[in-house]
Amino acid sequence: MIENLAEKRRIFIVLGVFVALAAVTPFLDLFMQSLVTEILVFGILAMSLDLLLGFTGLASLGHAAYFGVASYTTAIIMTKEDWTWTFAAFQWADSLGLGLFYIFIFALVVATAFAAFFGFLAIRAVGVYFLMITLSLAMVIWGLAYRWSAVTEGDNGINVLGRPSLFGISLESEMPFFYFTLAVFLICLGLMYLFVRSPFGKTLVGIREREERMQMLGYNIWLHKYLAFIIAGVFSGVSGVMWTLFNLFVSPPDIELITSAEALFMVALGGPATLIGPVIGSAIIRSLQQFISIYVERWPLILGAIYIITIMLGRLYGVEGILGLFGKFRKPAATSETPEG
Amino acid sequence: MTTLSFTNILVLSYNSLSYAAILFLLASGLSLIFGVMRIVNLAHAAFFLFAGYLALEFYNIIFGSLSLMPRIVQLVSWTALYFAWRGLTLYVAPRHAALALLLAYIVMEILCSLIWGFRFFELFFPHVPVKPVDRINFLGMMAAIVVALAIAALCGMLIERFFLRRLGQDTLSQVLVTIGFAFILQDGSLYTWGGDNFMLKQPWPLNFSAVVWGLSLPQYRAFMIVIAVVVAAALFLGIERTRLGAIMRAAVDDPEMARGIGINTNVVQMAIFAIGALLAATGGVVGGAFFGVYPGLDFEILPYAFAVVIIGGLGSLGGAVLGSIVVGFIENFGTALFPELSYFALFAPMAIILAIKPTGLFGKG
Repeated sequence: MIENLAEKRRIFIVLGVFVALAAVTPFLDLFMQSLVTEILVFGILAMSLDLLLGFTGLASLGHAAYFGVASYTTAIIMTKEDWTWTFAAFQWADSLGLGLFYIFIFALVVATAFAAFFGFLAIRAVGVYFLMITLSLAMVIWGLAYRWSAVTEGDNGINVLGRPSLFGISLESEMPFFYFTLAVFLICLGLMYLFVRSPFGKTLVGIREREERMQMLGYNIWLHKYLAFIIAGVFSGVSGVMWTLFNLFVSPPDIELITSAEALFMVALGGPATLIGPVIGSAIIRSLQQFISIYVERWPLILGAIYIITIMLGRLYGVEGILGLFGKFRKPAATSETPEG
Repeated sequence: MTTLSFTNILVLSYNSLSYAAILFLLASGLSLIFGVMRIVNLAHAAFFLFAGYLALEFYNIIFGSLSLMPRIVQLVSWTALYFAWRGLTLYVAPRHAALALLLAYIVMEILCSLIWGFRFFELFFPHVPVKPVDRINFLGMMAAIVVALAIAALCGMLIERFFLRRLGQDTLSQVLVTIGFAFILQDGSLYTWGGDNFMLKQPWPLNFSAVVWGLSLPQYRAFMIVIAVVVAAALFLGIERTRLGAIMRAAVDDPEMARGIGINTNVVQMAIFAIGALLAATGGVVGGAFFGVYPGLDFEILPYAFAVVIIGGLGSLGGAVLGSIVVGFIENFGTALFPELSYFALFAPMAIILAIKPTGLFGKG
């Protein structure tokens, strides 16, 4: 199935890294354990954006929207006791040990619906218009979270009182939850990898490289972009659900522009169209945030400086992302060949 | 849904027009920069907020009891940094100079916090408590506005000259760098001026309401509309009727040919960026007495500016006028009619227009 030897080796390296991570994490302290979990959660977000930015060539600056929708949906169905039917359904599912499935299905359906609606508005726009409209739509979600306080508690955010258990296994403490996150992460990574290797994914790369030619070959450009947008939104939703479960708290600052920009930067930093690059970007950004926050509280200031310095240096040396540093590490999809024509 | 009486509609229209005036000031700069340089400047709204804070600061310097010492230290620090850069780049490559300055900065930061117990970056971003001033006059306001505008325009020019020019036409890099500056300006302002909500004071002839046919209309809002109309006229005449405008248009339409006939397109680009920042800053200062000045205002107003240019089309002055009026009316009437849905009401026309014409009504694509 995977005939390319170098490709096989890369998969083994990536899997090896995650096996090592699974083996090492129990021996780290609590701070590091939660940092690793956080990196994985944002890794899913960054990878989902990579589907759009790297593989389809659509720079979305509002990817936190679906993340936010899913994380707020999770928090709302777990805490809103006066919404009797959703809460009762959650209680019932939880008593069967299926609370997590209920959350995932419910939140992902909502996130998918939003992605489908927003994608419908945004996909027609090209270039910078796409960027601006996705940013504006994400700000709508932020505005809802901030102003619609009857549902979202506004500025106070929503506190979630504990995680549901999975088949009777409690996820309350750090380690079980880390393994759960790792499992979700690997499933997402696997699905996205299969997605970008599929003929559909190859077509997306073709659209990124030569839109007119793909159109002439008879591909429905709009539909391909639209589906890619929705799929990226779904994975972004997975990351949103995991964020609420991890943090047990959501508030408007979690989903504002800085989150979208961070996701975009994680992709650009790690290397677009590599899938695993954005995870490295996530690791760098999240670790920096955690460690720098110990010393100074001015994270956005430093983040801005990091953006500028990294982009300017990358420009100076002509490097595209960290994975661009080791050119051999890149997946073939990242080169400019067009598979179908 | 509430029903509106005729007087309500008149007052709301007046408010919508004044809101549109501020939006026009903000969005025309965005549109101008994009039209000429194909850059979406995400730091644009940050200039809007930054200028508001600067005006506040200069009100305090003129009317309040603000110590100038931290500002002098700041100025000296930035000047010293600039000359260190100039001196270093004489001897080593810019990238090595940048690295050396960065390392020196980190060393100084550690030394300062370990030995002397103060943060080195406070030299560059001193924390100055600002009190809202209650005394103000028209001339003082104008002086503060001029200073704030000059500084904002200078900042825009420097960002173009030293950062954006080196990026070429790579949209992703431009977006990340400008958003980096947006974060720096936003968080730097938060650090410097604190998280309080300020309101710029409306000076004497403007701080009253005119009573026309029993309707009370705040005069300041008329002032906002007048400013916007004057700026729009100046921009239109400047671009369409003057030699400088012709040079600008030439530099946009065919940069290579423009360079060929001796137009310095680099200077043109810098000037365009300065004008863009100036327009945003004008909006920020004039709007500071209307919206207030508070952290987060920039990212709150940015989607409105985007809505304006999406509806009107990027790079078109007429589009910016039309777009800001549309958005101003929708925002005000939407808030009055459906208070919870106003944010959504704004994006419905945007979606419809994009569906009909993906580059906006007057967009150049």
